[in-house]
Amino acid sequence: MLAAFPHAMPVEGLIGGLMIGIAAALMLLGLGRIAGVSGLAARATGIADSGAPRRIAIAFVIGLPLGAFLVSLATGGVVTRFPPSVIPMILGGLLVGFGTRLGSGCTSGHGVCGMSRLSRRSLTATAIFMASGFITVALMRFGGLL
Amino acid sequence: MIRLAIALVAGSIFGAGLAYSGMSDPARVQGFLDLFGNWDPTLAFVMGGAIIPMAFAWLIQRRIDKPFAEAHFSLPGTVNIDRKLGIGAALFGAGWGISGLCPGPGLADLAINPLPALAFVIAMLAGMAVHRVTN
Repeated sequence: MLAAFPHAMPVEGLIGGLMIGIAAALMLLGLGRIAGVSGLAARATGIADSGAPRRIAIAFVIGLPLGAFLVSLATGGVVTRFPPSVIPMILGGLLVGFGTRLGSGCTSGHGVCGMSRLSRRSLTATAIFMASGFITVALMRFGGLL
Repeated sequence: MIRLAIALVAGSIFGAGLAYSGMSDPARVQGFLDLFGNWDPTLAFVMGGAIIPMAFAWLIQRRIDKPFAEAHFSLPGTVNIDRKLGIGAALFGAGWGISGLCPGPGLADLAINPLPALAFVIAMLAGMAVHRVTN
């Protein structure tokens, strides 16, 4: 079946996914907290005033680019294909920031941590943001924006 | 100190996983969301891979009184489904589709492709601040 998608990276995806899950498990079993990146980012910057201790949130958030940098060094570079215009970054970022605060989580908190807990709240949120993502990209495709 | 180290290590493994899995590449994430284009299933493998260790972690969590380096668990409730959850998730999904980024990859990409990632991260923090001011 995967032969139909020659550009897919199932092995790297699975290994990278396991790393993400191990990191989230370390936060849960070590610190008793959800590895939700939107919440930790809001806490690290002081935008949220409840949640993880600020120093913990800052340490986790610093780790994200640090880990990506180490992979980039070890593998000789990580491919990131950004759109040529900065407008999708700004518009997308605003919606991601506002939406994850209003909806109390993102792909990590609801998608990874909540779904694996079989949280009804997170299963609902994940179904909605996935559907919204599919619809948004379909509209972009048929609107000639992709 | 041990708590800070755990958070830094967890964040680093998380960021490494994002970069290794291709999830720090906005075009690949957008490729997963692009059902009518050249569909890329990689994100499903990442999500599946991440859920496996976490499912075991939740099984362990139910059998221990407290986490290893803290006095107690600080976990959100899981039941209340309201309009805020639905509208927030829908807006987040739209932004995810437009940019190909969610918060983790946006932050991880600061080390790989700093300029566009910084534009995303600043906008994301601005969106969070708007939520804070209006709620």
